[in-house]
Amino acid sequence: MADEKTLKKEEPKTPGVSAEALEAARKQGTLGYQIKRARWSYAMMAPYFILFFFFTVVPVAISIVLSFTYFNMLEFPEWVGWRNYVKLFLEDDVFLVSLKNTLIFAVITGPISYLLCLLFAWIINEFKGWLRTFLTLIFYAPSICGNAYLVWNLILTGDRYGYLNGILLKLDVINEAVVWLKTEKYVMPCLIIVQLWLSLGTGFLSFIAGLQTVDKSLYEAAAIDGIKNRWQELWYVTLPAMKPQLMFGAVMQITQSFAVADISINLAGNPSVNYAGATVVTHLLDYGNTRFEMGYASAIATVLFLLMVGTNKLVQKVLRRVGE
Amino acid sequence: MANVNPAARNDLTAAELKKAERAAKKEAKRVAKIQNKKKPKKGKEKRLNRSMAGNTILFTLMIICGLFMVLPLVMIINNCLKPLDELYQFPPKIFVRNPTLENFSDLFVLMNDSWVPFSRYILNTIIITLGGMLGHVICASLAAYPLAKHKFPGRDLLFSMVVLSMMFSWQVTQIPQYLIISWLGINNTYAALILPAWSFGMGLYLMKQFMEQLPDSLMESARLDGATEWTIFWKIVMPNVKPAWLTLAIFQFQQMWANTGSIFLRDEQLKPMQFALQQITAGGTRRAGAAAAVTFIIAAVPITFFLICQRNVLETMTTSGMKD
Repeated sequence: MADEKTLKKEEPKTPGVSAEALEAARKQGTLGYQIKRARWSYAMMAPYFILFFFFTVVPVAISIVLSFTYFNMLEFPEWVGWRNYVKLFLEDDVFLVSLKNTLIFAVITGPISYLLCLLFAWIINEFKGWLRTFLTLIFYAPSICGNAYLVWNLILTGDRYGYLNGILLKLDVINEAVVWLKTEKYVMPCLIIVQLWLSLGTGFLSFIAGLQTVDKSLYEAAAIDGIKNRWQELWYVTLPAMKPQLMFGAVMQITQSFAVADISINLAGNPSVNYAGATVVTHLLDYGNTRFEMGYASAIATVLFLLMVGTNKLVQKVLRRVGE
Repeated sequence: MANVNPAARNDLTAAELKKAERAAKKEAKRVAKIQNKKKPKKGKEKRLNRSMAGNTILFTLMIICGLFMVLPLVMIINNCLKPLDELYQFPPKIFVRNPTLENFSDLFVLMNDSWVPFSRYILNTIIITLGGMLGHVICASLAAYPLAKHKFPGRDLLFSMVVLSMMFSWQVTQIPQYLIISWLGINNTYAALILPAWSFGMGLYLMKQFMEQLPDSLMESARLDGATEWTIFWKIVMPNVKPAWLTLAIFQFQQMWANTGSIFLRDEQLKPMQFALQQITAGGTRRAGAAAAVTFIIAAVPITFFLICQRNVLETMTTSGMKD
C-alpha cells in the first residue's frame, strides 16, 4: 500500500530528516496506527465476523471443552479430563473400524473426485451457450436433487430384480443374486462408488466459475510461446491461473470425503453389517443423536477435526507446486 | 520469437548464422499460422490447441459419465408422472408408461386441507431463502474483500479461523448453537435461521479466493481517482467477481431452500414450505403419489434458480484485458 512505501523511504536515518518526521514515522509503524488506518477494512468485515463469532467460534469452542466432560444433556457436564480420548483409542473398537473406513474414503474418493471435478469442469468449458448450462446441470444433478442417492437402492437391490444383479446374472458373472449392501466385503466398494457419483458438488461449480475467470488472451499468448496441445495448456496456463479455486476445491473435497455419513446411513444402515460401512461421522451421530453422550461425541468430532486440518495442510503444500 | 542476439552475431560463423535465420523464419511462419487461425469465423470461434482425437476421447468419456449423473433427474421426473399402481410396480421401472398429472392434483387437494394457509408456508420459505442467501452473499463478500486485498493486523488469524471452522463437524456444534440462539432471544423467529446462515465459512472462503485473482492495479487506479473502499467494492470488485457470487448464491439458495427449520421454529405460522410438504408425504403408502410430486417441486425450484445463475456465470468475463 501507498503508506507503507513512504514509511520505508523515511526509515533510514539520513541527517537531513528532522526529529519530528522520525517521530511521525515511528508512530506510523505502531500497531495502533495500523489498526486505525485499516478501520475501513474492519468495518467491512464487522457484520460477518460478529455473526461468525456467535454462531461458529463460540459453539466450536464449547464443543471442544465438552469433549473433556461427561455430558448427557440432562445433568450439568462433569469434567473427566482425557478419559473420552483414552476410551476412544483404546477401548472403542468400532471407532477404530470407522476411522479406518473414513481414511479409506478420504484416500480414495478425495483425490479421484477432485480430479473428476476438474476434468468435467474443464471439458464442459469447451462448450458454449445453453448446451453448456445444461451439461453443468447434468453433472451437478446428484448434488441438487436432495437425497438423489436413493436411486442407488434400485440399482443395488439385493434380489435378482436389482439392476446390477440383473445385468450380472444375464452375463453369467455371478450365479445367484448378491445382497450388495448387506455383505461385508461389498459394502465399502459400493459406498465409495456412490460417494464418487455424489461428489461433483461445490468443488465442481467453483471450478466452472474459476475457468470462466481465466483471461482468454493468455491462451493465445501461450500458443505463440509454443504450447502444443491441450494438456500442456491445462498444466502451464489454466491451472496456474485458477490456483485459488484449486485450493478452495481441495478444502471442500477434504471436508466432504472425511464427513461421509448420509449415504452410509441411508444405503447400508446405521449400524451397518458388522460396522462395515461405519465412518467417523456415523459413529459420532450414533453417540450424539442416539445415545446422547455429547461429551464423547465432541471428542470424536475433535479427533476428526484434527485429522482434517492435518490433511489440509499436506494437500495445500502439494497444490502450491501446480504448474512448476 | 527466436531472434538472434545482435551482440553475439559477430562470433557466429556464416553457417550458424544461416541456420539461425532459417529457424527464425520457421518460427515466424508458425506464429503467423496461429494468429491466422484465431481469426474467428463469425459466431464460431475456434479454440487453439484442440485436436480432433482428443475431443472425441474426452467427449465420449463425458457422455458415458453423464448418463450416470443424469439418473436422479430422470427418476424424479418420471416418478411424479407415474400413477399409483406404477409407483408400486415390482420390479420397479425407471420410465413411466402411462403418464398422468394425478399426483399434482392430489397434492393440491392436500395443500388446501392444511391448517395454516399454504401461501403462508410459501411466504415463509421466500423470506428465509432469500434473506439467508442475499445476506450471506453480501456479508461474506464484504468481509472477503479486505481479507483478500488489504493488509491489516489480524488478517491471517481471522482467515485461518474461517477455514478451520469449515472442518469442524456441524453435528456437534448444533447444541451449543441452540443455546446461543436462545440466549440471544431470537429463538422461534426467522432470524434464528437467517442470521447463522450469514456467517457460513464457505462463502467467505470462496469469495476471498476469487478476489485474490483481481490485479491490484485495478483498485489502485480507482483509489487515485479518490474512490472510497466502499465504492471500490461495489463498483469494481463485485462486478469483476460475478461468477463467484453467482455460484455462491446457488449454494446458499440450495441450502436455505432445504431448511425445514424444525429445531428453531415452533410456531406453525413461521414454518417453511419444506416442513409442510414433509408432513404431507409422511402419510405413508396412500400418499406416495403426492410424495413424488413433492419431490419434483422440491428439486425443480433450486434447479430453475441454478439454470438462471449458471447462465449468467457464463455470460460474464467476455471482455479480456480486465486482468494483468
